[in-house]
Amino acid sequence: MSGFFAMGGYGAFVWPCFALATVVLVWNVAAARRLHATARNRALRRATAGQGRP
Amino acid sequence: MAFTWFNKLASPPHAYRIAGRLLPWFAWPSGLLIAIGLYGGLVLAPPDYQQGDAFRIVYVHAPSAWLSMLVYGTMAVAAAIGLVWRIKIAHAVAAAAAPVGASFAFLALATGSIWGKPMWGTWWVWDARLTSELLLLFLYAGVMALRASIDDRDRADRASGLLAIVGVVNLPIIHYSVYWWNTLHQGSTLTKLGKPSMTGDMLWPLLAMLLAFTLYFGAVLLLRLRGEILLRERDASWLRAELAR
Repeated sequence: MSGFFAMGGYGAFVWPCFALATVVLVWNVAAARRLHATARNRALRRATAGQGRP
Repeated sequence: MAFTWFNKLASPPHAYRIAGRLLPWFAWPSGLLIAIGLYGGLVLAPPDYQQGDAFRIVYVHAPSAWLSMLVYGTMAVAAAIGLVWRIKIAHAVAAAAAPVGASFAFLALATGSIWGKPMWGTWWVWDARLTSELLLLFLYAGVMALRASIDDRDRADRASGLLAIVGVVNLPIIHYSVYWWNTLHQGSTLTKLGKPSMTGDMLWPLLAMLLAFTLYFGAVLLLRLRGEILLRERDASWLRAELAR
């Protein structure tokens, strides 16, 4: 198992790459969800604020 | 008529709903393929005879480089459709694509740089492939900054769309840079019609990751597109009905 993490001596280069890839993949999903949630909340607020109008 | 589905797709309420329905069909296969590709690439594939285990970086480097270009192409085509036919959804697609592409251009550069240190002995060289990929990251940044700097949404769409289209010339430069110039970057591993210069148990995890990242982009783009549509259509009557459901 420790051999797996050592990556033949290249562990210090291999793992940061996969960690960085994980960060980018997670960030993209989080940012997209945040954009959708923000837009949805804003639209909902406008919809409820405008309910009194004809 | 052939145009009815096209018109339907271009209508914001329809696009919003279709995007929501399509999303899981991209998201789940992508997650599954990433898991399979990682297991194949990190555990099953043998170490490279020249690069040892450092070659495994290719399993995130090549898919992110591929996405950085695919996303740019998608953004430019969407912008062109938006400019020529004045379709708002197309501009929304372009706006949704830009930050995703920028993040993968960054990932391609960063992982390439980390791989370069043990393999080339340097984090960075001003080599044609690396420089043109850096230019791609700057193009993404330029398109996003231009969009953010203009308050009027239609003008922002047109200006950033124009810049995106002009920047397309960089895509063939990136792709052919390893052949046109004497670069340090290695040539492509997957030549499209020829024989790939990789053995099968190294190759299939790479293909799995390439497909996984492509599907992943589809999922993120659809989710961002839904957000963009909500932002752009906030006063539309269909939206109230949609949100009330």
